Amino acid sequence: MKNLTIKHIAIVILSGTMMCTTTSCERGLSEDAEFATFPKNPDVFIDGFSGGLQYLPFGGSKLDAFKVDTQTKYSGTSSMRFDVPNVNNPGGAFAGAIFPDMAGRDLTGFDALTFWAKATTAATINEIGFGNDFGENKFQTTLTNMRISTEWTKYIIPLPDPSQLVAERGMFWYAEGPENGNGYTFWIDELKFEKLGTIAQPRPAMFAGVDRDEQTFIGSVIPITGLTQTFNLASGVNQTVTAAPSYFAFKSSDTDVALVNGNGVVTVVGEGTAEITATLNGIRARGSLTIESLGEFLQAPTPPVRNPANVISVFSDAYTNIPVDFYNGFFGFQTTLGGAITLNGQNIIQYINLNFVATEFKNPTINISQMTHFHVDIFISEPITTGDFISIELGDFGPNNVFGGGDDSAKRIQFASTSLTRNQWISLDIPIADFALASRNNLAQIFFISDGTISTILVDNMYFYR
Amino acid sequence: MNNQNLFSTKGLLLVAKRAVLFTLLFSYMNCTDDKQKVVNFTNLVLAEEFDVNGPPNPEVWSYNIGTGQNGWGNNELQYYTDRPENVTVQNGYMIITARKESFNGSQYTSARLVTKGKFEQQYGRFEARMRLPWGQGLWPAFWMLGADIDDNPWPGAGEIDIMELRGQNPNILLGTVHGPGYSGGQSISKSYTLPNDRFDTGFHVFGIEWGPNYINFYVDDVLYNQITPADVPGEWVFNKPFYILMNVAVGGNFVGAPNTETVFPQTMLVDYVRVYN
Repeated sequence: MKNLTIKHIAIVILSGTMMCTTTSCERGLSEDAEFATFPKNPDVFIDGFSGGLQYLPFGGSKLDAFKVDTQTKYSGTSSMRFDVPNVNNPGGAFAGAIFPDMAGRDLTGFDALTFWAKATTAATINEIGFGNDFGENKFQTTLTNMRISTEWTKYIIPLPDPSQLVAERGMFWYAEGPENGNGYTFWIDELKFEKLGTIAQPRPAMFAGVDRDEQTFIGSVIPITGLTQTFNLASGVNQTVTAAPSYFAFKSSDTDVALVNGNGVVTVVGEGTAEITATLNGIRARGSLTIESLGEFLQAPTPPVRNPANVISVFSDAYTNIPVDFYNGFFGFQTTLGGAITLNGQNIIQYINLNFVATEFKNPTINISQMTHFHVDIFISEPITTGDFISIELGDFGPNNVFGGGDDSAKRIQFASTSLTRNQWISLDIPIADFALASRNNLAQIFFISDGTISTILVDNMYFYR
Repeated sequence: MNNQNLFSTKGLLLVAKRAVLFTLLFSYMNCTDDKQKVVNFTNLVLAEEFDVNGPPNPEVWSYNIGTGQNGWGNNELQYYTDRPENVTVQNGYMIITARKESFNGSQYTSARLVTKGKFEQQYGRFEARMRLPWGQGLWPAFWMLGADIDDNPWPGAGEIDIMELRGQNPNILLGTVHGPGYSGGQSISKSYTLPNDRFDTGFHVFGIEWGPNYINFYVDDVLYNQITPADVPGEWVFNKPFYILMNVAVGGNFVGAPNTETVFPQTMLVDYVRVYN
């Protein structure tokens, strides 16, 4: 709407100037004047490609997954047929394409993209929607995990905010992989934009409606995710679609603390607290982000210069690091979120909702038998109370060099609340002998464990040395 | 809903005549029709405009409180109160609010207003302009019961449902009569689907024109049904005074329970209730 308004003003001023210079009259813009508009053609694929529509498959997809089918159709003479490949199909791993009209269309008069569809087997289409134009994808709208059956059924994808779709190019897009390794075929027919009049009760959301709290520092960058729009349909179904950030207007309650741009990316610029909220077409989105900025990020102490032969580094900007499989394995029973992030150009690890978490490096495992100490820097910004602890555990895969097999050894050392200090880097240099591991030749894991007593920690400079 | 076929023929007839008929009705002209007897009601005898903030006019409205028997006979889930949280007049509207809250053993609260003993009338034009609630398990209603119900238990007293709606069908209105031999699941009912629109996003006028041996059901300017003694498989019990009820029920046999997606609170906004004779 903002662009549209500006354009109108510009045209009015220009025309006004011309009229006044030629006739010196006070007339405004004639009612007969027509602004340049985009076609309002609602049809995407009825019995063939609508005017201007193109087929552009995704790279890596089975390029010929889409065909026009004259045998199977819901009505008329033809339908869109999509052949999802089997797993390991050399022609492509999945079926997926965009169908843009690069000239752009005015969709403001519609409230839904609708179509009839059926498949050779009951399946769940990963992503299907519109607004993908291989460009900005500014107003991309996606229905995820759409269930499809063997019966022709009408599907409705609501437009999150039609008023913004003044020149939309992405008419339709989809991406679908094999179901349990098996390919199948689905058909779509009568694909068009409609004004149903029954798309109602909008309930936009950010972070899927969750009020999130983040404790962080100046310089941290947090993208807002989980942006959705939900409408109640005539069927009574509440239909949720993923909506691109450009549909939303974001707001920071304190721009001295945090800024948020039009793409929903939050940048922390000062110390204090700020709440980030969003609206879609004037309706407040459920969910929010409350930032507690602790101010300037205090860098972890820079490790001393060492002979590379005396260091095996897992995570440090000061040394050359070994290959690491992950900084968060997201194991079962694990609540811990987070992993490696960048803060003011420094690589650090942030764990949130910590109960336990593992960094794993098994390709290859490392031999620390010649090392004497394990070093790690930990930062805790939340209040530390009696009973809080951080345990550090080293895990060795044993002589067979793989997880399990009865020869693994893992030992942990606990640091009680009395040895932890808030808001400063805690540098630990733990003698490896203290871990009393049965094997130190095939080390593969480093665990941090708090059992939830401490929720958020920053970790830096994990290395073994002698 | 089983009775819809019964009316399909007549429905078509009515649709064909709708335009003509309603031009006449709304221009308050006397008219006669070969098939239908139409009486016009132009004398406004009740006009609840809800212009005074606070509780609804006590001269007209009283309340059913509590859960009735077996959830008012339908296993409804709400506890009806007269608290302002459940019914109030504000900014020109009566607002009936269904809430999800633990209250006296129920999980929902709402309100049901009745004109029993305060406003009862035989025949006339009864209409209300309303915006309805939405969502699985919501059941708004604007309806009437025979004023002799204390001596003549339901369904003998008769019931005229001017407007009922299932929250999960936000564009489908139901108009129904219940009487002896045709009540509950055997009631005489017809639905009307609002084309390209729904009843929870704007205001609509729901009404009946009720005279001797006929009841016409309409919404806005659309007549969608007429019920006469020929349509009911039992005694016609609609030639006597009735009183008005307005409520938002939650759950019950007619709609099913709300689910996790049902949004609360839900409101029914009533712009006016007008009755003519």
